[in-house]
Order: sequence, then structure tokens, then C-alpha cells
Amino acid sequence: MFSEAKLNKVKEIIARYPQGKQKSALLPVLHLAQEEFGGWLSAETMDYVASLLQITPIEVYEVATFYSMFNMKPVGKYVFEVCHTGPCMLRGSDNIVDYIKKKLDIGVGETTKDGLFTLKTVECLGACGYAPMMQLGKHFREHLTPERVDEIINECRVNAN
Amino acid sequence: MAEEKKLFKVKIDGIPVEVEPGTTILNAARKIGGDIVPPAMCYYSKLQGSGGKCRTCLVKVSKGSEADPRPMPKLVASCRTTVMDGMEVANITSPEVLDARKGVVEFLLLNHPLDCPVCDQAGECSLQDLGYEHGADGTRYEFKRRTFEKIDIGDKIQLHMTRCILCYRCVYTADQLTEKREHGILGRGEVSEISTYIHKSLDNEFIGNVIDVCPVGALTDKTFRFKNRVWFLKPVDAHRDCDKCCGKTVLWLRGDEVFRVTARKDKYGEVEEFICDTCRFDKKETKDWIVEGPRNIDRHSVISQGQYVGVVKPHDALPDVLDGRQPKLLMDIHSISQVNRPEIDLSKIEGPAHSDDFKN
Amino acid sequence: MGRKLLLDKAHIENIRYYDVYRANGGYESAEKALKMTPELVLDEVKKSGLRGRGGAGFPTGMKWSFIAKPEGVPRYLVCNADESEPGTFKDRYLMEFLPHLLIEGLLISSYTLGANSCYIYIRGEYAWIPDILEEAIADAKKNGWLGKNIKGTGFDLEIYVQRGAGAYICGEETALIESLEGKRGNPRIKPPFPAIKGLWDCPTVVNNVETLAAIVPIMRIGGEEYAKYGTGKSTGTKLISACGNINKPGVYEIEMNISVEEFIYSEEYCGGIANGKRLKACIPGGSSVPIVPANLLLKTAKGETRMMTYESLSDGGFATGTMMGSGGFIVLDEDQCIVKNTLTFARFYHHESCGQCSPCREGTGWMERVLKNIEKGKGKMSDIDLLWDIQRKIEGNTICPLGDAAAWPVAAAIRHFRDEFEWHVLNPEESQVRNFGLAHYADPLEIAAPATV
Repeated sequence: MFSEAKLNKVKEIIARYPQGKQKSALLPVLHLAQEEFGGWLSAETMDYVASLLQITPIEVYEVATFYSMFNMKPVGKYVFEVCHTGPCMLRGSDNIVDYIKKKLDIGVGETTKDGLFTLKTVECLGACGYAPMMQLGKHFREHLTPERVDEIINECRVNAN
Repeated sequence: MAEEKKLFKVKIDGIPVEVEPGTTILNAARKIGGDIVPPAMCYYSKLQGSGGKCRTCLVKVSKGSEADPRPMPKLVASCRTTVMDGMEVANITSPEVLDARKGVVEFLLLNHPLDCPVCDQAGECSLQDLGYEHGADGTRYEFKRRTFEKIDIGDKIQLHMTRCILCYRCVYTADQLTEKREHGILGRGEVSEISTYIHKSLDNEFIGNVIDVCPVGALTDKTFRFKNRVWFLKPVDAHRDCDKCCGKTVLWLRGDEVFRVTARKDKYGEVEEFICDTCRFDKKETKDWIVEGPRNIDRHSVISQGQYVGVVKPHDALPDVLDGRQPKLLMDIHSISQVNRPEIDLSKIEGPAHSDDFKN
Repeated sequence: MGRKLLLDKAHIENIRYYDVYRANGGYESAEKALKMTPELVLDEVKKSGLRGRGGAGFPTGMKWSFIAKPEGVPRYLVCNADESEPGTFKDRYLMEFLPHLLIEGLLISSYTLGANSCYIYIRGEYAWIPDILEEAIADAKKNGWLGKNIKGTGFDLEIYVQRGAGAYICGEETALIESLEGKRGNPRIKPPFPAIKGLWDCPTVVNNVETLAAIVPIMRIGGEEYAKYGTGKSTGTKLISACGNINKPGVYEIEMNISVEEFIYSEEYCGGIANGKRLKACIPGGSSVPIVPANLLLKTAKGETRMMTYESLSDGGFATGTMMGSGGFIVLDEDQCIVKNTLTFARFYHHESCGQCSPCREGTGWMERVLKNIEKGKGKMSDIDLLWDIQRKIEGNTICPLGDAAAWPVAAAIRHFRDEFEWHVLNPEESQVRNFGLAHYADPLEIAAPATV
């Protein structure tokens, strides 16, 4: 269940659309739900969102599984989403992925045993001029080098404690 | 006095036809009938919003209209493109269309298991007809085909997603015929699938219609599963007083036994009127029904074999050739067949089945 | 220095905030427009010759004039900020650093179209930008540029920011509308076009961020003056996001009258190829436009200097030319593998296909797999022809342009770099340890030997 503040946020979002078009709030509300309920969307979470927006659960499942930013399974506390499309590849994103794999001892799509890190490769994030790059939470980390990756991993470890 | 409605003059493959404004190219072609009707795997005239997805009905508009005779730059989906006055369309007379259609058929069959020998839809499958009429004789796909586990959605309907071509018809059916849709398209792109997400059963008065609208064997009637081949059955029109639906159905009989009940389908495989699940699943005895008479299934595949009207027995050439001698059986296939093994799922076998697949 | 219209004030510190933006001439275009009739504003946009900056290059004034105006039905303006085409990151720059420029553009455009609600649909991954935009919207509202009865004109406008959630396809306008309605991003079958039936079945105009921002300078200097910038039908300035193997990747505003050579090699723009390497190939308009080898990039097949204009870039059609597209300028140096680059694009389109229509759903994955085989040294000669045939059967046969976008890069790579594909097939082991190199693709200045290990 959302907090009072989050519920108000949901109301505010629904108010952006004409009467009866509250389904439009689905993507923003799913973002909210994913933030609130552990970084992923369980069936229960989606059913809850359906009830908030007065739509059927299947409408939520259909949408949630379509968009790549919604996690259908639990993920680590910090998700490294490294871009590996053309422009990033040209500037060595493969080396960055390999470095993270070795450093964290996980494969792509896996989570470290301590549940802290998940590594994903993703398609173009729109930072081609600042490649190689990755998304970490809300922000982009650009111009990655092995040293930069080390710093980021340390930073996450410190923040986690 | 009501103004006389102006009809649009259209030519499809050179054949003129006059249709009302707002008619699609496909429906104009159906008005002409015959070989020039484009195949349709996803369009379903009774389902609003359907069509445009499978791309088998692509045609070439060689003249846009009388007012603007420019041709359309790309092939268009005839099921969703409306005619203009003076429009000229090329379907089977356009090599470009035939080539594109061949491509579409290959795409549709790319991940299809080709498990027709164990598929209940065989004989009345639109994909079989399509592949036969418009497809190439082989595939060029050399990769692992995608597979899904079979799911029972409810005790009467089985979903075999591996066979699905994602026409969306069943989704529209649930949206438009039932009060609450419980299944939908999940995932994206190549891995999208029809599912309920959490294993839910579909139960609703009209949900059985998804079986009839499914162009392939992805949604099949569990009460009929593996019971018989459709072409061994005799279809008869029948009706009953039903408080939920029109009650007009087709019974598929062998002797007096009702093997299955379906809605009545027209020559394009579309149901004439949707029927309720009681009629479909629960009325499986001839005494439940008033039989009207044999149904003529206007299809060209083997399904018509069991019909009792208008059947011309093909001339059996063998006696002529043998000149009075009896054919000599080389072996009794039934005593040595290794193929008849129900535990082997043909849909799981990569490519055509081979004798090695049945060893051990 | 080239003349600038969009980024001319980008260097001013704190220009992202209202007070600074206003003090530097911000919202003066809006002031001017609100005193005019919507028809007159539309005339200025038409006169400017502005073409959509999202990729298709459709004349904006014409698009606006198509919007249906039935009585009592609301109209909507939707700003397409779903920038996802590989190589393109210009809209992000505008929104991050000049949010008020966009808002001013939205205000003028909404006023012209008679839209009282405007939605900015921004790709979900740009997760921090909605905060910037929402702050700017709040400031604009505080200062009377949004809300009810704006500046006493009786015109009302609200702007909302909607985040996507990771789907390239939502950059296609009808998929974007579906997504904005809270649905899967499946493109609609057209017609009807959004100008007749768009968001919630109401008349809707969808324009790219840069297009809408360009309305501001058009109003400032007038449509006729704007049309004097650039060359021929490529009027005005264009943002180019340059990336790949160049010395100075970034977002540049160019007047459409410079040559491709100047853009790549001058210090004002890309600053030449990185690490002293040679130019091999370039994809000048985002991943979906045809890749061209250096010798066709700098000069057209006719031997003319290739310019950074819509017309010049597409000179020679797909046989020897390419496209301006979204302005995502991707440069490949002599060490890059065309097969691998094409594979990443094929993988991208496979990943982003919505799955609605069969050629794209099945064909994109097939192309990726065949390309992967070739790249890994497991390909056959016939695979190259197979790839050609698959892309040919996707192109033009799909519901939306994603099919074409997936087909073109593969087609162009085979068209111009077939040797390199064949080399991969014929040298499966060698191709795993070194790249094909520059070969004969170099710019015509001098012939270089193939690169060695």
C-alpha cells in the first residue's frame, strides 16, 4: 500500500488527464510503485495499481511487461545498466562490461550474492557522445573507464552501509 | 426522398466492382470473390479493431483514386485500407505483392512448430491453407525455434502458445464479448505471448469463442482434444433454444456421437454468430439439438472430406493401373511403426521429425 | 563561427532558470505571438520552411495545418521527447540546459493549434530531466506564461510531463499516443492520422523537442528571416549530436550550409577523427539511416561536395547517399568492424520491435542471429544474400517505420561493405582477432593498406 503522500501524488497524476482517462496514469504510477516496493513489480503490486486506477489487472500486466524499465523480477540494490549499442560499442563498452563482470564476479543479468549489484546490458540510452556509459538509478554515469567503474562500485558500497 | 448513395467504382486485379464508401479493399475483393481475395490471418470482420497486423493481405494500390491517381508508395494492408472512387488495386496480378506475401508466410512460419500431425486444428487451419497456397516449400531458418509450455486456461480451453501467430483476435474477442478480459499480450517483440500472467482460468459465458476465432491451433477445445480428426467428422447444422446466445451451431458427428460443437463459419472462416459456452461445451448429445441438415463447409482443404453433400468421389485410378490384380502390401506398417509414440511431443522437435527422434 | 538560433545563449550561466532566461530575451517571442492571431503565427511557421527535426523531415507548418478543428472537441499538442535513436542525444541537451526555450516553444505552438493541454512525453531513462522541466513549468506558471488567461489573452494552457518506461517504439507518434494513454506502445494503423484522431481520439499534433524549440527563433526573427538561414529547402539551423570515434563528441548547432568535411574535421565541431586515425564510415542521421563509406560521405557520387543539408545528404538515394534523419552523427574510424556495428543495430531493433506485425517481429530477430553467426566466424556466403533478402522483405511491409529502420542499416552495410562481410565468412579465425580495416573505403584522398594486427 502506498503512503498518504504517495496516494496524493497518484491523485495529482490522475488530475493531469481528462475525466475518465485515468488509465493514462499507468506508466507514472508503475514507476512510483517500482520505487516504493523494492525496485520491481510483483503480481500483487500490479493488482494494487490496477485497483488504484480502476482498470483490470491484465491491462497492467500487458503494459508492465512491454516496457524494459519495469523489472518483473527482484533485482539488486544497485543496477548497472551498461549500454552496448553501436555508438557505445565503438568507444569500448564491451571492455567495460567485461571489467564489471570480472570485478563483481557475475554475468550479465545476474545479481551478486550479497544482493547489492545487478549487471544488465541495455540498448541505447541517449548518451552516445559521452560513451561508454551506464545508468545507475536515476542518473547516467558517463565516460566510463575501469577506474571510474571502481569508484562507482566503492561509492555504492559506502552508500549501502 | 433519400439521396441515392454514391457507390465507389473500384478495380481489383482488373475486375470492376462497386462498393459503398468506407468499404475496405479486402471487403471489396470479397464482394468479387474467388482467387483475387487476399488472405487474412488477423482481420476478423466481427471484431472491431482487428486487422493490419499479420500483413498477409498486403496489396498494391496502383491508382489511388480518380481525383488523385498517384499510386500508393508502399503495399497496404487491404483489411484496413478503405477504397476511394476510381481506385485500382493489384493483388495476384502484382509480382511484388506475391513476393511480399511469400515473405510474410515465411515470417509467420519461422517459429511455428509445424506439428500439424498432432495438432487438432489440422484440416481447418488458416496457416496450413496459407502456407499451402502462398508459401515456399522450405524454411531458411536455421536457429532454435521459440517454444512455450502448454497452459490450460480453464478446464475447457488449452493454450499452446508455440503455435500462436499473435493475431490478437482472441484478445479482441475477450474485450468485446465478455465482461472482463483476463488474458492479453504480454512481453514485447519476438517473445510476446498470449497469457494470463498469473495462471488464471478463463471462465466466462462466451470465452469459448476464442477457440473459433483462433486461426491456428493455439487455442483448442479441450473437450475435443485428440478425440478425432476434423475431416473424419460429419458437420451438421443444428440449433437449440438458448437463453444466452443464438443457439445456432454446427455439430461435428461420427455416427450419433457429438464430438464437438462450434459456431457456424462462413467461407472466410469467420463465425456467423458467436455462441455461448453452454452450447459449445455442455450440450454434447444429439438429443440436446434439433438437427437441420448437413453443413457445406466451403473450404478447399481435407476438412470437406467428411461432408455428405456435394461430394464427388474422386476417380480411383489404382484398379485401372493394376489391371485387375490386387495391390501387394510390402509390409504391415502398423506392426512395425516406431512413430506412434504418444510420449514424444512432435512440437518440441527441431525441424521435421526424423526416425532418430523415435529411437530408444 | 556559424550562426546559431537555438544554442546562441546556451553558454550563459544559469540560463536554465527563468529569471536568467527572461533577462536574456526569453519569452519575447511568446509575447509577440500572443499578440498575433493563430493564423498569422501559422503563416510565419510555414514561411520559415521548418521541417520536423525528429527524423522524417516533414514540413511543420503543413503538419499543423492538417489538424482537424471540430466544434467542442479538445485539441492536443504532444512534445515527442522520447529520443531513443542510437546516436541521437540532442533533445536531452535542450531540455537539460534550456528548458524554458522548449516551454516557450510549446506555448507558441499550443496557442497556434488551439490546444489547451500539452504533454511532454520523455523517455523514461532520462529520469532526472522531468524534475528540471517541472521546475521550469512551475516558474513559467508563476510568471503568468502558463495557466488560465495567459497574459490577458484569454488563452489557457497547462503543460504536463509524462515519463515513458523504456521503449524505442514510443518515438513513433501513434505508439507514443498509445503509451500516453497508458497502453502498450503498439503503433496504430494509419489512417486515421493523429491530426484527425490522436490522443483520446482527439485531434493531436506530435512534434519533436527541437522542432518545437525552433518555433521560438522563428517568431523572434520572423519566418522569412529564418528561411534565409541554411540552404534551399533545408532552412534554419539543425542540432547535430556527434559521437563515435571523433575528438570532440557533443551536441552542435549548425547552419545547414556547411560541408560534411568541415563538420567532421574543423575545430569548431567534431575536431577530426580521434587518436590520429582515418575515417572509415559514417552514419549521419541516427542508426536507422544508411551507413556510407568515407569516400561517399565527403563527396556525392557526382563528385560534388557533400553538405550537411537534407538534400545533399540524401543525394544519390540509397544507392550512394544517406539521410539527415534525426541528426545523430555516428563516426567510425579505421579500426571499427562494420559487421559488428551492424550487429549491434540489428540487436537494437530486435530488442525494440513491438511484436505487433509479423515481418518486424520475426524478421528483426532472424537478422540479428544471422549477423551474429557471421560476426562470430560461423557464417556462410549464402547468409549474406539471406540477410539481404530478409531486410528486403521487412522493408515497406510493416505497420510502422521501425521495420524500415531495422532494414536500412543492414541493407546499406551489405551494399557498401560486402567485401568485409565476405572476409568474415572466408576468414573465420582471422576475423576473430583483427578487424578488416580501412581497405578501399577510405576517403578519396589516398589509398591506405588494410590494417594489420
